[in-house]
Amino acid sequence: MTANHEADLLRALPAVTDAELAALRDRLPAITDAELAALRDRLAERADAEGVLDVAYRTLDTPVGALLLAATPAGLVRVAYPIEGHDQVLETLATRVSPRILNAPRRLDETAREIDEYFAGQRRTFDLPLDYRLATGFRREVLGHLPGIGYGTTASYATVAAAVGHPRAFRAVGTACATNPLPVVLPCHRVIKSDGNPGNYRGGPTAKEFLLNLEAA
Amino acid sequence: MAEHGATVLRVCRAVLGPADADDAWSETFLAALKAYPRLPGDANVEAWLVTIAHRKAIDITRAAARRAVPVADVPEPPNPQRAGGRDIDLAGALAALPRRQREAIAYHYLAGLPYQDVAAITGGSTDAARRAAADGIARLRKTYPGTALPDGENP
Repeated sequence: MTANHEADLLRALPAVTDAELAALRDRLPAITDAELAALRDRLAERADAEGVLDVAYRTLDTPVGALLLAATPAGLVRVAYPIEGHDQVLETLATRVSPRILNAPRRLDETAREIDEYFAGQRRTFDLPLDYRLATGFRREVLGHLPGIGYGTTASYATVAAAVGHPRAFRAVGTACATNPLPVVLPCHRVIKSDGNPGNYRGGPTAKEFLLNLEAA
Repeated sequence: MAEHGATVLRVCRAVLGPADADDAWSETFLAALKAYPRLPGDANVEAWLVTIAHRKAIDITRAAARRAVPVADVPEPPNPQRAGGRDIDLAGALAALPRRQREAIAYHYLAGLPYQDVAAITGGSTDAARRAAADGIARLRKTYPGTALPDGENP
């Protein structure tokens, strides 16, 4: 949109031929991604210092795609796969947590480091403050149980249901896993079908198999 | 909100010049973050951000005026540098415009706001905003490179 308005502005100038227009556009002070990124970094720092940065986010390239990581001052609140649509996830965070959201990688440095180590096969458990606010009730109970399923092992939906005291609620366990706001970090990928099939996954079946294979190696 | 970052920076640069634009941008978004939860869901975020930027630009200009050595009149922005009439860039030509014209052009052409919104931000009527933009464009036509400017004529 803005580019068009700049063109409108330039066209509004008289005796400007297309060739001149091209030359003139070069003279417009371009706004580079680096300039904007520097401004955003500084803004994130100031917003954080003044207590008006409720959600910080960044993306992290991993073997299962670019993960969106989002944190509140309480801890990591969301890990999202590309197939969830990062923009959509940010919209949801704005609605459900706070619209004070900024791309502020620094608050997520430690998270990114631990996830990098996990994918490099150098980390088996995560040692991060977590903000469970996007999961409530039974789902939250299920999520709380997930870290108990050790690295490289799996549990069935029915086993998890029994472990949280509702043996017949294995479908609800499936839903809790499917809506896990913190996949990878809370290992819902270790919950599989009783017949040994991996079953569904928030990041898609390929990602689930990748994680299970990574941990089996 | 992030998607409007470039537009707001363009507007700040056009109204204030590059030196103060970064500060205006930061102040705008910081103020927006503080106020954001009170913004109605159907609000035009870009118009709202430009409104904040407008106020921050005024604040910054006033602060600069307070710091400056007192002069009889409010100083106009300096004329753009001219080297054989060729080194005037668009930003420089914009900087040489009177403030109202600069604002009207920035908010209408760079931020894409209708004149009605421009008028709501700058004060005055929609027609006055339209006229300010037209006058500004007319003036740019004289000061912008590519059109010969007779020697000795002050833009």
